[in-house]
Formats: sequence, structure tokens, C-alpha cells
Amino acid sequence: MAYDLEFEKPLAELEKKIISLQRKGDRLKPDEYKQLQEAERELRRRTEEMYKNLTSWETVQVARHKDRPYSLDYIRLMCEDFFELHGDRSFSDDHAIVAGPAKLGVENVLLVCHQKGRDMKEKQFHNLGMPHPEGYRKAGRLMQQAEKFGFPVICLIDTPGAFPGLADEERGQSEAIAANLYLMSRLQVPIIAVVIGEGGSGGALAISVADRILMLEHSIYTVAMPEASASILWRDKGYAPQAAEAMRISAKELKALDLIDELISEPLGGAHHNYRLTADNLKATLLSKLTELHMLPVEELLEKRYQKFRKIGKYGIASESLSATY
Amino acid sequence: MAKEAADPPTTTSSNAQAKPGLPSGNLVVKCTKCKEILIVREWEKNLKVCTRCNYHFKLTAYERIELLVDPDSFVELDIDITSVDPLHFVSRTKDEVQAYADKLDEESKKVGLNEAVVIGHATIEQLPLSLAIMDFRFIGGSMGSATGEKITRAIELGLEKRMPVLIVSASGGARMQEGLYSLMQMAKTSAALAKLGEAKIPFFSLLTDPTTGGVTASFAMLGDVILAEPGALVCFTGPRVIEQFMHVKPPEVNSEFVLQHGMIDAVVHRRDLRQTMARLMQLYSPSITKRNSQEFTQHIGESDGLRSGI
Repeated sequence: MAYDLEFEKPLAELEKKIISLQRKGDRLKPDEYKQLQEAERELRRRTEEMYKNLTSWETVQVARHKDRPYSLDYIRLMCEDFFELHGDRSFSDDHAIVAGPAKLGVENVLLVCHQKGRDMKEKQFHNLGMPHPEGYRKAGRLMQQAEKFGFPVICLIDTPGAFPGLADEERGQSEAIAANLYLMSRLQVPIIAVVIGEGGSGGALAISVADRILMLEHSIYTVAMPEASASILWRDKGYAPQAAEAMRISAKELKALDLIDELISEPLGGAHHNYRLTADNLKATLLSKLTELHMLPVEELLEKRYQKFRKIGKYGIASESLSATY
Repeated sequence: MAKEAADPPTTTSSNAQAKPGLPSGNLVVKCTKCKEILIVREWEKNLKVCTRCNYHFKLTAYERIELLVDPDSFVELDIDITSVDPLHFVSRTKDEVQAYADKLDEESKKVGLNEAVVIGHATIEQLPLSLAIMDFRFIGGSMGSATGEKITRAIELGLEKRMPVLIVSASGGARMQEGLYSLMQMAKTSAALAKLGEAKIPFFSLLTDPTTGGVTASFAMLGDVILAEPGALVCFTGPRVIEQFMHVKPPEVNSEFVLQHGMIDAVVHRRDLRQTMARLMQLYSPSITKRNSQEFTQHIGESDGLRSGI
């Protein structure tokens, strides 16, 4: 069933009715035929209405939908050829990040993407899309390669966050993330980052320091997952929905705050309702952004990227400054 | 990622109602770690380090500055930059409703600071440097927009005047109440450091208790030289979260742990910090001085107030 989220229950009921009518095929009586048409129209209307006004917490559920397309789905649908490269050349290969050169339209690009898994085995293989330090180091290694060969870098973001394990601390999770922020801020090729599902915390930012930050309509980008924020702020994961609302994590809200550049529209009911259409939208947007960025000389590209991040932040000037105690 | 609960040293007055003539304030302090009762006067003389277990108590930004730089050399900048509430964040639980804007007011009144970081310039052994010193007392030293802005300005000051930059971290990580604005400060500060690096100006990073989350995963780990005080919690993910995830109690992820795993250069006792910084300034500054004089020759004839101002 296509509508299977908790808040989609009314849609699911309508859909059930439609399916049972459709099963009758040629045996549909004229009044049933009319019923079917009406139900289909009604479903469309109610889905549109519901999806126009998704709450942040509902958006979180769509962004995490089990059938939502993942990076490799988009790569398959958008790219002619993708050659996956492996390993950080010092410790291991991390499957939470897939990366390598690909053909996108007429252009050769470097893809660096988080990858989640669909069934248990895949989830384990890709570690739920939560990278270890070696994943970020692989990303860093390949981005330097992209600079060397002049490939623009395209990052697809879909992670709850960097993996929070003890071994990750031992191998320098912090350093691996920080090193990428440093590298990407000065990388001499265009970089585009697109949040396709969950953009979680430093684990997402580590491959998102880009000239353009785009988000699919029903994706989220947040300083920490709502559950984590709730336990940090109130020591109770149960407040995750409140945290989601308060932190303004949906693409629409972030666009309104001017924290991202553009929203890429999704098919009605979310990306998982039509992979092809979503991938086509994404590809068209990527190609047009690449054209824009290719116009800029490297120095201007880098200065604009610097200024883009330099100006993020809202602060005030105290009316009466506190006197220094030193 | 971030931890907010501050654990201020438990101070107990030996005499609740101080008699007139006796010094006011607390006479003894209990060590947060080993629970030893310490005489305040001795504890302060020992730079707020526990005489029994060597626990380094958290210092305020101004205490830290006094400890590190030449007397009276510190000039504070941008003291009036404050946090605002860009998301109109309201914390709603069943027990209380608190607007972030009110929390900010409360915090700055309580600790007498406008933000979780103090920036400016000073000298160590007559060598100038730009400073950003975090203060854990202000919302757990968490990094909001204003924090990131001030740290970036400190880095840009180093870049502009060609002097080394020292950042002393003490932070629970990102500031949840500022959402994505907070996360982006990691990118902003790191980008500024990348420019500083391109200009070949040294950046020293000192990690103090605690340095965690988004602060560790950005500027704190980008130092040309990274120092840490003994026993400081230094991690990306806090021990509580690791335990939840791994179902085992992790060992102490502290300065010694990250030193052992090759993530930092040295663990330095508080009493040796100023001298260590002085040595590093001596070792790394000649390159800058040389460069500066070269540039000075190039710029000769132009009025260059910035460089002569150092």
C-alpha cells in the first residue's frame, strides 16, 4: 500500500476503496464507476491538502519512509555510468558512503552520497547510512581527486548522523568531519549538496559544504535528529515531535529562513510514489545549477562559497554592554 | 551531541553566616571528581586544580585569559555581540514553557557574559596573538550564531593582522535552540580557518573540559597544534550516548584517550600552559615575522595602519 504512515490513515482508507473498485474492472456498474472517479478525485484533493500542510514531525516520517528512494536509486535513474570507488587508503571502506565518478547528462561528475539500506541485510551493510571516520576520509580523498581532474562534486545527503560508537572516537570521528569542512570550503571545483531524506547533524554537514544547498521537498536538515535534541534539551526522547517543530527542520521552513538555496518538488504523496519523476526533477535541477556554477571563475566561486557560509547566523548587539570583569 | 547540564564545583561554606571581619565567600570547595574537600585559598593558588587528584576545574574565560597572556595585554573585542532567537524557539514540556529569548536573558544575567565566548587580542611573551576563549557557564558553552560569529571574527583578526590564533574550547557542542543556524557555524568557523591556513598563519587549539560535539568536529580539531588539559572530556559523541548505542560502558574518552589515539599533540598541565604557549609562539612565529617584514617591504609607501597597529 502506498499510504502507510500513521497520519495518512484517512488516505489509506480511500485508497483501499479505490483498489477494491478497480479490481472489478469491466464488471463495474455505472454508479460504481462514478464512485471510483469521485474517490480518485477525493484522494488527490486530500493528499494535496495534507501534503501542503505537513507538520515538521510528519515531514520527518516522510523523509524516513521505508520506500523512499535512496542515493543508489537516484544514481541508477540519473546517471549513464557510475563507477564506485572504495576505501580511505588507510583503514577501511565504509559502505555508509558511496562515491565515485559518473556521467550526468553530458558531464562527468564525482558523486559522494550517504547510502541507507532497505532490508535488514542492506541496513547492516550500509550501517543505516551512519558513516564512520573512514567514510568521511574516503569522501575527502575523492573530493581532492575531483579537484585534480576538474569534476564538479555532487553530494546526496541522507543520514541520521555520524555513527556514535567508541571505535569512531578512537579513529577520530571529529577530526574526519572537521577535515572535510576545511577541505570543502576551499575545493576548487563546484560543489552541490542535495538533502534527499535525512540531513542529520555533523554527519550530514561533513559532505555538505557546497556552493548550492538544495533539498527535496519532504526532506529534513537539522542540527541533531529530533530524538537526540529532545534528549539533550529535556532528557526525554518522547519530546521528539516538539523538538522537530521547534527547530524548523523541514525544507519549506529552511527555505523561508534562507538557510538553503532551493527546494526540489516531489510527486504527490512523496518521492516514494514516483521514483522516476523525482529523479528527473533532481537531474534537471542539478544540471541547471551546474551550468550556473560553471560560469564562475574559480576565485569567484570560492569567495562566493566563503561568503555564503560566512553570513549564516543571526546575532544582535547588546544595548548596554556588560562591563568586563577583567 | 551536546550536553547542557553544567556541573559547577560544589562549594560549601564552613560558616553559613560569615562573621564580620572574616573574608566573605566560601572557604572550602569540594573536588568534583574525587570529592576531596579543598581549602579555597590553596586551590586557587594551585590554579583551580585539585591538589589530590589533579582534576582541572573549569575556568571562566577571564580566568583563562589571566592565566595565559601577558598581564594587562588583553584587549577584548566585540563584547556587545549577543545571541538572538532566530527560530522563536520555545521549549515546551509538561513542567515548564520557556522561550529561548528568556533563557538567553537569564543566562547572561546569571554569568555576566553576553555570549559563550570572549574574543580579543593579547600578547604572550610580547608576541601578539588573536584569542577566542569559550566559557562553559553560558548555556554549556554551546555554539550558537553569535558564538560562531565571534570565533570567526577572532580568526579573521588573525588573518588581517597576520598573527597566530588561539582558540580555547569548552563546549557541550551545538546549540539546539538555534537549529540549523547552529550547525552551520561549524562550516563558517572551519572555512575561516581554511583561509587562515592558506595564508600560512598558525592556529593553536586548546581543548579544555569539556570539548564535545560540533565544536570538536570543527575548529577544535583543526589546530596546527592541538593541546589539551589533563582529564578533559574530548569527544564527538558523549559517553552517555555511546553507552545507549553500544550497550557497554565506554572508557573515559578524555585528553589522554585522544592523545593515545593520535588525535592531539600534547596534554599539558594548567601550570605549564603559558610557558608551552610561549614556546610554540616562539617556534611558529618566525615564519610570520619574516613574511610580515617581506610584505611590509612590498607595501612600503602605502599607509598600512593594520599591520603597524600590532
